[in-house]
Amino acid sequence: MTALQAAVGAVYLGAAACFVLGLHLMNAPPTARRGNALSAGGMAAALLATAVLAAAEGASAAAWAVIAGGTALGAGGGLAAALRVRMTAMPQLVSLFNAVGGGAAALIGAYEFGARSDPGTAVAAVIALDVVIGSLAFSGSLVAAGKLDGRLPGRPVLLPARAALTAVLALAAAAGAALTAAGAGGAAAPAAAGAAALLLGVVGVLAIGGADMPVVVSLLNACTGLAVAMAGFALDNSVMVIAGALVGASGAILTKLMADAMNRPLSAVVAGGFGTGDGGPATGGGGADVQRIGADDAAIRLAYAARVVMVPGYGLAAAQAQHELRELADLLAERGVRVDYAVHPVAGRMPGHMNVLLAEAKVPYAQMKEMEQANPEFPRTDVVLVVGANDVTNPAARRLGTPISGMPILDVDKAETVIVVKRSLGHGYAGIDNELYTAPGTRMLLGDAKEALASLTAAVKALVG
Amino acid sequence: MEALDDVTVFVLSLLVGFEVISRVPATLHTPLMSAANAVHGVVLVGAVLIAAGAHTPAGYAVAFLACVFAAANVVGGYAVTDRMLHMFRPPGERAGRPGGTGGTGSTGGPGGAGEAR
Repeated sequence: MTALQAAVGAVYLGAAACFVLGLHLMNAPPTARRGNALSAGGMAAALLATAVLAAAEGASAAAWAVIAGGTALGAGGGLAAALRVRMTAMPQLVSLFNAVGGGAAALIGAYEFGARSDPGTAVAAVIALDVVIGSLAFSGSLVAAGKLDGRLPGRPVLLPARAALTAVLALAAAAGAALTAAGAGGAAAPAAAGAAALLLGVVGVLAIGGADMPVVVSLLNACTGLAVAMAGFALDNSVMVIAGALVGASGAILTKLMADAMNRPLSAVVAGGFGTGDGGPATGGGGADVQRIGADDAAIRLAYAARVVMVPGYGLAAAQAQHELRELADLLAERGVRVDYAVHPVAGRMPGHMNVLLAEAKVPYAQMKEMEQANPEFPRTDVVLVVGANDVTNPAARRLGTPISGMPILDVDKAETVIVVKRSLGHGYAGIDNELYTAPGTRMLLGDAKEALASLTAAVKALVG
Repeated sequence: MEALDDVTVFVLSLLVGFEVISRVPATLHTPLMSAANAVHGVVLVGAVLIAAGAHTPAGYAVAFLACVFAAANVVGGYAVTDRMLHMFRPPGERAGRPGGTGGTGSTGGPGGAGEAR
């Protein structure tokens, strides 16, 4: 090992420490931004050290042109997308960044296989894993992004003979990977494994309903982390191994948390076929039993309550009504009403998405209550305002024998009055009636979330000053 | 022996990851995932290394694509995470200040400079 290699190794170690400390600082909102900056600083140092190493190893002018051109193009595109994206579209952007990361890892594996005359079984095996996992993460994340963005149907798309197709593709990927590791079949083996994994990602994620996307996005994030770690093994690069493992661990934890929050075993999510995919028109016949309420009535109940809890769901974000909700909450708070927001872990389209949307509307994070904090408070709450949330408030989840049985829910029905703002009496993702809507303490305020909230705010101002 | 060292580092990093990540509150899960996403942008290190060692047109083409992908991942990932975290404000700080530029108690300041690299 030369002195330069040792120095670069030391920089890599420092960068890895920055990644760990950066993620550690993300355990509280006040320090999170500093943590991200620290992580970015470590990344910049690692990249700089890599460039110095490449220069010392005599990279050709053509290589520098490739590096500079490719990096500038990618960085420009990534930066433009990052600065322009709306917060509601965050899940698809994260999914896209995940896709390109997995793609890059798979390409590195493919290159390394071609560049080495005799990689040996161990290196060939990690290259095979890198190509398979990276390709799967690439195509799967692209399909997930397409679904989240509405370019692909959110409902589960079940191709004919899907089970057989999935099995054949999985076998092909495994066989290609095994041949690659065994050193048989030449370049065709990893190519076949990669192609099968690409198709597997498409077929697999197409079959998964939009409601399960928080789990899928987390899982694919873990996959990309593992693929990067495998690429690190192939290149014998410590910082890639460490960073890849960190991301793999974080993705795995978030996957488990999300699956638990929906009470859906991971195997059931991956098997797909669940849910309707979108809010759907009013198909349930339960419209007759609900009690409706007008904006004026609802405003009076809110204004004279001692405690109000807002329960925002994805419908709120889809209607871009976060700001209207915060305005109403602030107005009530000025009148001395204690107002909190109860956020279900799977509200939105990725883990914690609703918190970001509320933060965008300038809601202080101390007012955002997680499900465990919020549930004990509902029996002491006068009015709960549910906006655009459906399945996560359905008391049917507490009974056996419904599609959402066992899913942890927000116990809004324990509050004295529940006001539900909803466009129509349609179904949620699970495609079942919400028993909350016909409960005796529930009043329905039908209408577009944004307009309904604006009229509530106006009514509070007009009626009670 | 060297392979065993790599595996040791991998397994310990996994454990560190589990330990660190499981302390992050649900409120920050989206920025966390986005930050983790940016961290796997370290794949750009690999893309630069293969580009430096390439000497065939096909090799250059693969390395170029890998550089484009990885750079988009790392730069976009850090930038968008910073944008999200900028919005999480402490309790005392109420409305107003449209597009606020790091008000009281914000930890932003010059620290955010790293993401645009």
